[in-house]
Amino acid sequence: MTAKISYADVEVGTELPAQTFPVTRATLVQYAGASGDFNPIHWNEKFAKEVGLPDVIGHGMFTMAEAIRVVTDWVGDPGAVVEYGVRFTRPVVVPNDEQGAVIEVSGKVAAKLDEHERTVRVDLTATSAGQKVLGMSRAVVRLA
Amino acid sequence: MALDQSFVGRSYPPTDPYEVGREKIREFAEAVGDANPAYTDAEAAKALGHPDVIAPPTFVFAITFKAAGEVVADPRLGLDYSRVVHGDQRFAYRRPVRAGDRLTVTSTIEAVKSMAGNDILDIRGEVHDEAGEHVVTAWTKLVARAAEEA
Repeated sequence: MTAKISYADVEVGTELPAQTFPVTRATLVQYAGASGDFNPIHWNEKFAKEVGLPDVIGHGMFTMAEAIRVVTDWVGDPGAVVEYGVRFTRPVVVPNDEQGAVIEVSGKVAAKLDEHERTVRVDLTATSAGQKVLGMSRAVVRLA
Repeated sequence: MALDQSFVGRSYPPTDPYEVGREKIREFAEAVGDANPAYTDAEAAKALGHPDVIAPPTFVFAITFKAAGEVVADPRLGLDYSRVVHGDQRFAYRRPVRAGDRLTVTSTIEAVKSMAGNDILDIRGEVHDEAGEHVVTAWTKLVARAAEEA
């Protein structure tokens, strides 16, 4: 495992480079195929509205996959992620147009956990259309 | 109607092995727009200390959720799957999933609760490789929303 970031070089409060991730209906269809999650709330507007949603919504697991990229891009080695958890607090609503929606993710080092294991906890914030879409979004990462 | 509490602690037999393919990893990485070469280039993965290409951290959910689905669909449990939403998801990794892994999932119901008419189910999926080594544990919280008043 080869993280690019060294445990000694980070402090509590160190900010990770923030990123924005676009998501359109086409993105959701592609993710459905790759993940095997074909729930129609993620591609069928009529069905989504019938079950009380405002429109088609993104897969929670898609948002979870995007959010951790802020961490994996930072450390370089995705295998450095030791733990990762989120709460799905609000859906990402994806309109049927060219723009779709945008997921904005930022992260910062919330705690240095173990000097011997070189692990830190990163807290992530993910929003879409100004609303927080993930809660309790945390990753434990092993640094170099 | 509240779910049967006697299901707490129940484990289901391990699933048949799922073989992780490098093209499936590539497809997943493309779907989430992630160009990290560790997902597609074996040499890049080896340079990071891995024996082969690895999968993005959330890739394994497709396997554990399918296993959880067998629990959810257990008619004796009586969950209304048409009203289920994903509440929380957490993973603890021993090592990353990689191409060539043959993974089995053993699911256990950790908690069954009813709150404000919603049924809440916590399922733990233990993922092991062909050698029986632990790879990752996935905790999935599913919420079956209360049916609206007719």
